[in-house]
Amino acid sequence: MLAWTIYISFIGVLVLMLLPREAARAARIIALFTAVAGCVVAFAGAMQQPDPGKVATIVKVPWIPAIGASYYLAADGISLVLVVLTGLAAIAGILFSWNIEKRTKEFFAFYLALIGGVYGVFLSFDVLLLFVFYELTIIPKYFLIARWGSTRKEYGAMKLALYSFVGSHLVLIGLIAAWVVARAQTGHASLDLMELSKVPFPLGFQQWVFPLVFVGFGILAGLWPFHTWAPTGHVAAPTAGSMLLAGVVMKLGAYGCLRVAMVLFPDGVRMWQNEIAALAVIGIIYGAGVALVQRDFKFVIGYSSVSHMGFVLLGLATLNTIGLSGAVLQMFSHGIIAGLLFAVVGRMVYDRTHTRDFNDLQTMQLGKLLPFAGVTFVLAGVASMGLPGFSGFVAELQVLMGAWKVFPMAAILAGVGIVVGVAYILRAMQKAFYSDAPAEDKSGPEHPLEPISVPERIGAIMLLATSLVIGLFPSLLLNWIQPCWNSPLFERLLKGGSL
Amino acid sequence: MNYLQVLQLAAPEAALAITVLMVLAVDLIALRGKSVARRFGTGAMVSIVGCLMAAVFTFTHYGTTDPLHGLLVVDPLTNFLKVVLLILTIFTVLISASGKFTEHVGEYLALVLLATIGLMFLVSAEDILMIFISLELASLSLYILTAFNKHNAKSSEAALKYFLFGGMSAAFLLFGLSLLYGLSGSTNLSQIAAGLAGRGLDPLLLVAIVTTVIGFGFKVAAVPFHLWAPDAYEGAPTPSAAFIASGSKVASFYILAKILTMGFAGAEGSAVWQGYVSGWTPVITVVAALSMVLGNLTAIVQSSVKRLLAYSAIAHAGYMLLGVLANTPSSRSALLFYVITYALTVLGAFGVVTVVEAATGGDAISNFAGLSRRAPGLSLCLLVFLLSLAGIPPLAGFIGKFFLFSAAVGADAEHLGLLWLVVLAIVMSAVSFYYYLQVLKQAWVLDAAENAPAIKVPPVTMVALVLLAVLVILLGCAPGLLTRHL
Repeated sequence: MLAWTIYISFIGVLVLMLLPREAARAARIIALFTAVAGCVVAFAGAMQQPDPGKVATIVKVPWIPAIGASYYLAADGISLVLVVLTGLAAIAGILFSWNIEKRTKEFFAFYLALIGGVYGVFLSFDVLLLFVFYELTIIPKYFLIARWGSTRKEYGAMKLALYSFVGSHLVLIGLIAAWVVARAQTGHASLDLMELSKVPFPLGFQQWVFPLVFVGFGILAGLWPFHTWAPTGHVAAPTAGSMLLAGVVMKLGAYGCLRVAMVLFPDGVRMWQNEIAALAVIGIIYGAGVALVQRDFKFVIGYSSVSHMGFVLLGLATLNTIGLSGAVLQMFSHGIIAGLLFAVVGRMVYDRTHTRDFNDLQTMQLGKLLPFAGVTFVLAGVASMGLPGFSGFVAELQVLMGAWKVFPMAAILAGVGIVVGVAYILRAMQKAFYSDAPAEDKSGPEHPLEPISVPERIGAIMLLATSLVIGLFPSLLLNWIQPCWNSPLFERLLKGGSL
Repeated sequence: MNYLQVLQLAAPEAALAITVLMVLAVDLIALRGKSVARRFGTGAMVSIVGCLMAAVFTFTHYGTTDPLHGLLVVDPLTNFLKVVLLILTIFTVLISASGKFTEHVGEYLALVLLATIGLMFLVSAEDILMIFISLELASLSLYILTAFNKHNAKSSEAALKYFLFGGMSAAFLLFGLSLLYGLSGSTNLSQIAAGLAGRGLDPLLLVAIVTTVIGFGFKVAAVPFHLWAPDAYEGAPTPSAAFIASGSKVASFYILAKILTMGFAGAEGSAVWQGYVSGWTPVITVVAALSMVLGNLTAIVQSSVKRLLAYSAIAHAGYMLLGVLANTPSSRSALLFYVITYALTVLGAFGVVTVVEAATGGDAISNFAGLSRRAPGLSLCLLVFLLSLAGIPPLAGFIGKFFLFSAAVGADAEHLGLLWLVVLAIVMSAVSFYYYLQVLKQAWVLDAAENAPAIKVPPVTMVALVLLAVLVILLGCAPGLLTRHL
């Protein structure tokens, strides 16, 4: 059933391609319909899964028998969380790009292709298949940004595409090497994640191949110092593009780190655990610090993504169940909140005022002109800084609790990062919406700002409600995540392997 | 064995030779004075029917027969490769439909078919004499095809360059092969290997290895023997360039691998990390590494799409050499998979360039601006071809790379000795993504000049390109369709 999330998205792409060029309205509706259908399937499939702790096979047929590749889609609780996130983010992204008038059908075709690829990554349990979907997302990302983006869009798009491609090629080197070594050890070729996770790779091999694969995926997760694509890419992207980049694409990287790099090379993780935690903490503090001094509203959110993804990586580095659960929960939470923040900045503010410079925004008193945008940003900002009641709080708290057990110093520093996070959100809030700097001429902007539209309101309320529900009832997702750590897939990772 | 039996064995080639005569005769006698389009249509039809006939004839032989001691070996693999060559020829003819470079359509088509005959004999040969003769038949036809655009000085220049370099490489090859004969006393590859066995690496054998590699290095356009390629690709009529890049490459790589692995069996040497042993593998390794690095880095700065494809062809030749030097059964089939899918892809890419060139008058990257608006179907095909060349899944180019690289690493699974070369290849292929994306950016991101008209694509060409694109996608999603024959 869950496999249909992928198929529906690609069917949507085909339908859009066949549409006549002028049918912008039809394109929007088809895209929205496809995304809603995908989300419904994701929810229904997730509900149907009896035991989220077990890996439930959806489909498994031989694909390239000679190298042991199969078309193997399956899901465990972690996949479910991220598939549901993708479904929600996809709908929200379409609602916030309702105003795309330029080559609408192509925009949504690339958009749905990206969504289909993302679903595919989260559901693949064959390493090659996962890699195929992973690379499949690069092309739509590039075109969405280069064609429909703003500020330095071609530069940002190319930078993002090259970073992703280089990262995935590091992964490819690791996969090929692992495949060869596993075949030499077990005597038969396999790319099945479950089988590969049982192969005892030699320690010396894990020592160099793990960082290769982890960094390869980590580039897309905003791992410092390979994060520089993230701010430029987010800023250059159209609103829906940045929502998806922050919302789900960065999760692809983190998911790959967890699902492939850490599961295949558990001893490698232990050898590099401290280094990963260090990079994660640097990312948290650096991202927050840089966000604090930006003049461009969107760069603030762009750097905040780097900071929040640092928590995911820190959670992964803890290697205890509470930290890992926090990391997965943070993936979900950040996907929802960052999407919302980008929606406010890109769609509600920039599309109306055509500026993101705080100095200009300060004079506009947007809090009065666009009260809905102001309130949404306050709520999203509060969620982002980790106020109890929203999803960010439970996620980051768990990460910190997990980190406290292994690296107390890192937990303290990350806590500092949270404080800086409060500061940059408050600063952005004050400068963009509630500044009392006197406007130069009291008439306000020359054209009255177009009021917040219905699709925007629906999207914002949907995302806020999700964050609130998860914040109040985190067990909804934790019940999916926590049983996974008992599955044989993670056994070697958590029980201390052979080291 | 009498001549009739030989003729039966060579039925596909014979059928094609008859087709050549028919194409010439029809064009000279029946169609004198008719319009070029009409003459081309008829000639193309005759050629395609001839190719299909030849393909059918390949199915009349099952099993392996080698009645002439290596002169003409027919087995399932060579038959399959001949069918591939014929398919590539058919597509070349189809994409020629939109080129406007010659009035001599009869001669043009006849030469394409003659080159194909040469290539078909080449894949069947296991005898150095036969290899040389069929290689020359193919090469001479290709030189003339390069010069076919008589209105363009660049075409003649390119042909002259190609011819001079090619002639020199033929001399090198002949020299190397003569040494082989002198050392072993035979012209048959397996007997050569038997004759060389146990002699160790004497200096003459090393000279033979190096000159043979030089000779084939020219044919497959590997660095440092690549200098002719960019000029030939740029100056030649685009369909001719497409054929040089596709059909000729398939056959050349097959025969290069055969000579090295069969003829020089026992003189492999080794190029694994910290395990160097001299022989032919290190020589190929150096050539492969240089080709990958130089081809990809030079392609970045090209402004002509044909030159860009030429440098990318050099880079791809570097990847393919990995399949040659890994020298295992799985690496041979990986090599063939790669070179066949590469041929289909690059044929498609040149097909798109042909159309754009005819419509906009040039092949500069900027001529592709706004293509997605001016010809949506065409730019979708271009997207598929270039992404496949860049190695993006789920297209054939990606699976080909995966096969090739994993076979190369797997050749020394114990120490991962060839991993260093594969790492280089993968890093370079990440570089290649940049320049392919530059072309796609023009087509899909930038806008065409004001009121640039829509581009009319001849239906025949469009059908051919769509078929090629579908093949590229299909072979990427279901590579088993091809690998089971290799």
